[in-house]
Amino acid sequence: MKNTWPILVVDDEEVMCESMAAWLREDGYRVDTAPNGRRAIDLSKTADYAICFIDLKMPGGLDGIETMLEIRRIREEAAIIIITAYATVDTAIQAIKEGALEYIVKPCNPQEISLLVARLLKVKRLQRENAILRKKINRQYRHRDVITKNARMEEILNLAREVASLRSTVLIRGESGTGKELVARAIHYSGARDAKPFVTVSCAALTETLLESELFGYEKGAFTGAVAQTKGKFELADGGTIFLDEIGDISPKLQADLLRVLQERRFYRVGGSEEVLVDVRVIAATNKDLVEEVHQGRFRDDLYYRLNVIEIRIPPLRERREDIPLLAEHFVERIAHELGRDITGVAPAALKLLLGYDWPGNVRELENALERAIVTCRNGTLDEPDFAFLHDRSGAAKTWEVPDVPLSELERLAIIAGLERRQGNIKETAAALGIDRSTLYDKLKRYEIPR
Amino acid sequence: MRALYVVAVGSVASGVFEWIEAAAAAWFAFPIERLPPLAIPEGAYDASRGQCRSVEIMNALKRAAPADTARILGATEADLAIPMLSFLFGQAQLAGPVAVVSLCRLRQEFYGLPPDDELLRQRLVKETLHELGHTFGLTHCPDPKCAMSLATHIGLVDAKLERFCARCGSQLARRLARSHGETL
Repeated sequence: MKNTWPILVVDDEEVMCESMAAWLREDGYRVDTAPNGRRAIDLSKTADYAICFIDLKMPGGLDGIETMLEIRRIREEAAIIIITAYATVDTAIQAIKEGALEYIVKPCNPQEISLLVARLLKVKRLQRENAILRKKINRQYRHRDVITKNARMEEILNLAREVASLRSTVLIRGESGTGKELVARAIHYSGARDAKPFVTVSCAALTETLLESELFGYEKGAFTGAVAQTKGKFELADGGTIFLDEIGDISPKLQADLLRVLQERRFYRVGGSEEVLVDVRVIAATNKDLVEEVHQGRFRDDLYYRLNVIEIRIPPLRERREDIPLLAEHFVERIAHELGRDITGVAPAALKLLLGYDWPGNVRELENALERAIVTCRNGTLDEPDFAFLHDRSGAAKTWEVPDVPLSELERLAIIAGLERRQGNIKETAAALGIDRSTLYDKLKRYEIPR
Repeated sequence: MRALYVVAVGSVASGVFEWIEAAAAAWFAFPIERLPPLAIPEGAYDASRGQCRSVEIMNALKRAAPADTARILGATEADLAIPMLSFLFGQAQLAGPVAVVSLCRLRQEFYGLPPDDELLRQRLVKETLHELGHTFGLTHCPDPKCAMSLATHIGLVDAKLERFCARCGSQLARRLARSHGETL
């Protein structure tokens, strides 16, 4: 059907309503009429009209502009055309200012109306298409991408659905690659904020000062290179959700700033003196044991309690192995399609291998492994040899071969690796290597290791 | 069997009815009957616009329809309009018995050109098919060659053929078959 759109014609003159409705019906539209503003508003509550033609002058009760304003309160996106018998510039300007899409003077050329209706419906079609596509994306995050038959995961998804409509802060814990962001998106998109932005910040990727301006924005001239006022992620996420990934890695100063935002929903831009108010839901994620971090004095306990209003723990893939076949099937289908490879599935022997592997990188590692296998696969089914690289990887981790080098070189490599792993944190590295902090400083100097 | 009535509203040259009747007979399987002319109803003429209110004319046609009316089509020289639109080539009740066509804007004279009887015949046939098509529930067709396409100026009438497209034609055949069983 081409014209299933409902149209409303509002005029106190019955002949005007009925003749206009009859003309539109010949074009295949479903048309309702209303003799006054009250009736039009009541009808708008039950039907979502694609277009409302409203006469400007209606005696007694609401006039055209008032009726339009009421209808727009019910249907924010209603396309309203104001009709009048006499054209005056003032009423035209007023109608448009108050939100009418068009203003027409009757009698009107049939061609003009026919083109106008076609144009407005084109916009409606695009709006509807946009809504459908948006829904499609959301569904992807809600159902398709969180693939599981694991009881604990089902519980998590149920919890995510329950807390979606709340504004409470959520802390998602789970190893790297378990799908923390996916769960955060599922929460956002199944809640009331789904039409508003979902903004992701990876806290570990940036230095303290960069992260600060990233989160809170900055004023022009706040620092060298701050050539214009810039909004931070909190402002960009206003009305929606901010996802703070790897929250366990932020510095004490930022912990204090973040605490203030969580408590008061307001902050200053870097270099700014004006407070910025935001309505943002915070979802934080970490792969660290925050309780331990609090014990060690590295993470503020008050911030931890603020974040930990609702806690979601995502189990690692090795604890939900029953999902591996499902996930593998899903990824193969998607990746093979994306890469244009004709791969039908995973052979039983290969699946057995996937089920036996420990997946330290969790679902993300599984996805990457499948992609690599699909790229190198020579026939239509992924088989054991296609996953040979997994053996190498797991083998390497288990039997580390000590190279034949001077002992001092081993020490130097151990210190460099330790520092890299801890982003240059001396105290932690010293503790991990089982030496004193001052000893570590000595060795850094001796081996000329830059920090 | 019920009839498809045609009737002049106001004075209309009788020659044009032969064109209307031939077109109606070719597509609508009803006996075609011509009724004595009707006067343009009082109150239909809108002096401020110099046009006739289409709604009033359709009401008069409805009143004049005999009991065995399947459809009634009026033809008039008057320039038709409704409050919202500056003019109409014709109007019909969608899936209802009454329709009207105006010859006024089908004539070349209206556009300041010399009369052209053959062109007038073609236009009138297209409008007859169009309005009667509406009375059998057909809505506008996106094919500009089909009689059911929407014409908002005379150029679009001339772009049509004197026939329905395959889709509208088969839809019409179904509606006709059904309407032979119905009573008014």
